[in-house]
Amino acid sequence: MSDSPHRGTLKIFLGYAAGVGKTYQMLDEAHKLKDEGVDVVLGYFEPHGRKDTIAKAEGLEVIPRRKIEYRGAVFGETDVEAILRRRPQVCVIDEFAHTNIPGSEHAKRWQDVHVLLDAGINVLTTMNVQHLESLNDQVWQFTGIRVRETIPDWVVKQADEVVMVDLPPQALLNRLMRGVVYTPEKAQQAMENFFKESTLVALRELAIRQTAHEVDVRQSVQDEAQAAETGGEDLGSNVSPRARSPECILILITEDPSSAALIRRGKRVADYLQAECLAVCILRDGSLQNIAVAQREAVEKHMNFARNLHIEPSVLRGDDVAETLVDFARSHKVTQLFIARPQQKKWPLAFGRGLVERVVRLAHDIQVTIVAERRR
Amino acid sequence: MSTKGRPDPEQLLRQLQAEEQYYRFGRLKIFLGYAGGVGKSFRMLDEARRRRERGEDVVVGAIQPKASPEVDALLQRMLVIPQGYVGGVPTMDVEAILRRHPQVCLVDGLAYDNPPGSAHPKRWQDVEHLLSVGISVIATVNLQHIEERREQVERITHKHVTETVPESFLRNADEIEIVDAPPDFCLQRGSIPSFVTGTGSTTLSPQQLSELREIALLLAADVVDYQLEAYLVRHGIQQLWGTHERILVCVSAYADAAKMIASGRRNADRFHGELFVSYINRPDITPEERSVLERNLEEARAVNARIEALDGEDATDAIMEFARTHGITQIFMANRMNTSWWDRIFGRPLDHLVRAAENIDVRVFPA
Repeated sequence: MSDSPHRGTLKIFLGYAAGVGKTYQMLDEAHKLKDEGVDVVLGYFEPHGRKDTIAKAEGLEVIPRRKIEYRGAVFGETDVEAILRRRPQVCVIDEFAHTNIPGSEHAKRWQDVHVLLDAGINVLTTMNVQHLESLNDQVWQFTGIRVRETIPDWVVKQADEVVMVDLPPQALLNRLMRGVVYTPEKAQQAMENFFKESTLVALRELAIRQTAHEVDVRQSVQDEAQAAETGGEDLGSNVSPRARSPECILILITEDPSSAALIRRGKRVADYLQAECLAVCILRDGSLQNIAVAQREAVEKHMNFARNLHIEPSVLRGDDVAETLVDFARSHKVTQLFIARPQQKKWPLAFGRGLVERVVRLAHDIQVTIVAERRR
Repeated sequence: MSTKGRPDPEQLLRQLQAEEQYYRFGRLKIFLGYAGGVGKSFRMLDEARRRRERGEDVVVGAIQPKASPEVDALLQRMLVIPQGYVGGVPTMDVEAILRRHPQVCLVDGLAYDNPPGSAHPKRWQDVEHLLSVGISVIATVNLQHIEERREQVERITHKHVTETVPESFLRNADEIEIVDAPPDFCLQRGSIPSFVTGTGSTTLSPQQLSELREIALLLAADVVDYQLEAYLVRHGIQQLWGTHERILVCVSAYADAAKMIASGRRNADRFHGELFVSYINRPDITPEERSVLERNLEEARAVNARIEALDGEDATDAIMEFARTHGITQIFMANRMNTSWWDRIFGRPLDHLVRAAENIDVRVFPA
């Protein structure tokens, strides 16, 4: 979904756990393409010692990994330069969410993939739903695991196609027990942690709903493109039911650690409502230079995190956070404010002096969402 | 995830019944596709092949006639029970399957109508019969044949379908697997040849296929959600998780909630989630208040919300209790502007609610 007609297409095989068959299905498709005469190479492939998967990779040309030394050990990463020189029509890159070893050109594999797409190479890749940034808190709630290798939602949204690779959890557990996915010791360990049936069922539902959402988003884009083609100027007779919502969400960023979850949540709601998403940080003199180092670092971290999710945060000057926030909201036609639920210890003693209360009172014509941190 | 307190007898009984139901029959697995040609038959036969390699006794009970070369290749290595005839019409030979009594039987085209004079009018009823005698079944079905989704699908395809399977049949399957191939997006873009192969080549446009695909995925998500709840009941786990958004709109007898309810509906739809509307039962309600409440509930009914009357001395406690037991992820509430002296000293309901709402977002609407 890029403006350039020469950009490669990206297809993501989405699963909900290791062993559901993402790589296998991707390789299956690579073979089909090859049989149809398409020039396909394996740019990065992670066999995990699985027999079926290794067998499936046979007969496909492999671009050797680039060796990178880090702290005395040698790692293999995608050799983007070599793939660019080889210029295949389609390149298979496993594990989209992977973090490259320090010393690689890009920090994240999805950035490598973007280079290939920009060069007009089509890419097939795999990922699990738990790697999606906006689901990080929810996944942690089900599983107790903080997924560190995340992909910003906009990166997935840019993919031309997201396909769900499905396998019922019971079948996955059977695979695990037969030793198809991991070695027996690792499988035992996995089943006590991540691979509990209830966890898998929940993750699977999340993956299916996410795929449905991805399909939905792509329809909206198509609808819009069609409306534009058929001269959608006459809005009166041609109002699409999926017309962009007039909603605009504003997130209040602070130095508090709850900001990360707040940003994720606000952005997710904005994406689902197809709303615009803004963020502000309010400081007494409107500058990051005159605040304590720890506070500055925390605020900068959260602002970078927001940028990473394609939200451009503004720093505002204001003595009164509630007033400044609501003024900005009003002048930017914001329809919903997102603020974090205060920590228990920070509840004001006297009622009506707390930020939440004051924002709600001032924002009388704007909706205010108080986002609770997710706990287990 | 926790099981707090002593299990109550009701709960234990439900658990026991759920367990019985779970272990009584042969196991049913269904491959769900959103259109012909996505590869359901292939996936079913591929699974049968793997099961046979592991030593399971698998036979083919019914297979769609116009198979692709890939399906044919798999089929040649399978044991196929020949079709029987009822009134001269070929159909799945249930009697022969029962006599053969395999561990696993493949049944393609679950929605098929049997010829008049058969033991059951519908093929899915034959499958129930096989399951009841302990034969496991792997079956395929297309979205358009699910009774409850038929109208929705027909609006997209403009094709009328008569052969259907009830959605409850899917929900009660032990496993459901989605066959999710995207409608060859690359063909339109002209860069890569078609990704979709198979039998049921279709005359639907990519747009139509994409709409069907979304419905099929949401159907599968609902079935999985239902199965997650069944799993939790079976294992005596009382806590529900919010795998999808569940919005609770709190209405009262004091203010018009039409906007809030409409927004709740729109949000629930966008998230493909559920909408609940609740109010607190009060004995001391005046006729004027009663009519305001009735109007609000009328709005709620009009948008198909689940309406709940909550009892309890403390509104916050009642709302939070309901929210926790129903996996609510967002509470919508109106902001009452005029704060009384009582409110200023003891805090307003909104403030109480925000304090109590751990794990739940509270959205405050202008009064």
